[in-house]
Amino acid sequence: MTTIQHHLTDELIMGYSAGTLPEAVNLIVATHVSLCDECRAAVEAVDAVGGAVLEQTDSVEVSDACLDGALAMIRGLSMDFAEARPKSDPVAPAPLLDYIGGSLDDVKWRPLGMGVKQAILETSPEATARLLYIPAGTAMPDHGHRGLELTLVLKGAFKDDEGYFGRGDIEIANADLHHTPIADGTEDCICLAVTDAPLRLKGLARLAQPFLKI
Amino acid sequence: MFGVIDSVEARDASSIATSSLGRHVLAHGCDKATGVTPKQRNDDGVDWAGVLVRIRDDRDEKAFIEVFRHFAPRVKAFLMRSGADSAQAEECVQEVMATVWQKAALFDPSRASVATWIFTIARNRRIDALRKQKRPEPEDLTWGPEAEPDQEDRLSLQQENEHLGEAIASLPEKQRELIEKAYFGDLSHSEIADMTGLPLGTIKSRIRLALERLRHAMDRK
Repeated sequence: MTTIQHHLTDELIMGYSAGTLPEAVNLIVATHVSLCDECRAAVEAVDAVGGAVLEQTDSVEVSDACLDGALAMIRGLSMDFAEARPKSDPVAPAPLLDYIGGSLDDVKWRPLGMGVKQAILETSPEATARLLYIPAGTAMPDHGHRGLELTLVLKGAFKDDEGYFGRGDIEIANADLHHTPIADGTEDCICLAVTDAPLRLKGLARLAQPFLKI
Repeated sequence: MFGVIDSVEARDASSIATSSLGRHVLAHGCDKATGVTPKQRNDDGVDWAGVLVRIRDDRDEKAFIEVFRHFAPRVKAFLMRSGADSAQAEECVQEVMATVWQKAALFDPSRASVATWIFTIARNRRIDALRKQKRPEPEDLTWGPEAEPDQEDRLSLQQENEHLGEAIASLPEKQRELIEKAYFGDLSHSEIADMTGLPLGTIKSRIRLALERLRHAMDRK
């Protein structure tokens, strides 16, 4: 594994574990965790709190019919092996593959101009997940956000005022950050980006915003 | 397909031996560390990981019933506190317990206690049932039939989980309630509970170590 420099915040890790985040945010957390053992360990450690809470909670009596029903269910079930889940491809980890129809080749990209492309993924509406394709050396439109913007690099790299972001790195930008990410080097950059409020673009790009759905 | 079957008996015997040894060590460690009486310990002296191995390797219905009797009333309480009524909760409980049966091969005792693993299944089921949303999960990492998690990793994690349970039990009432609320879905992520005072660093390094060994075992394949 390459060395990941930019990780999840404690708040995201705890929200993911408690199950209170919007679906799109869960998706980017699960995708980062698939690439980052440091954050996987952190998530699993916080899950252990959930386990301890479950263990200590006052229990509620369960009917005999419930047990009988469960036994009837398991008699019809075969063992599920890990292999049943789609194998990851070199760019998109398994949780993301579930949202893009099995392969990056199936993604229906829409042009945003300057060679930049995006594909919005289908999630619940409280937050939006999109894949971004940024040609090497190209800048994303300068933008701020009304809410949170999370950007996870899947391929290539980008840099902005906050630093350098390579595969597996996640940038967590809140409302006060205005930034212009530029895809680095010679390789095109693919990112998964999640926003919980529409982006605020500057200048011309703003006029196009309602049409581009960004 | 399931190369471990031949060694089931041998492994069961060895896990019983090591886990009772483990419990002895644990009880000693816990008492020294926190002064909590054994009654407050949350494992009831049952080696749940061992019970789960019987489900995984032998498809043992008796083992399933044991797990059900202990965990189903807790899962039901968890779901009812998250807003389900009794009938909805029991329907979900059946699905959660059926998932335990079906996915037993994915349980890794060096990374999670059985309570933790069942908590994650119940949480995901809750998101699915109450919020009608999918829950994206990280890529699975499994030992596969050739390799098995280290006994020592498993015992160390069990020990850390006991410490964690005791630390939660001994938190000030108010903070403990907030943590419960967070996990029962009563707090939004922006008002998430304060976890200070919990030994999360040690449990995280345990899991980190287990992940390293797992990656190593996967590379060798």
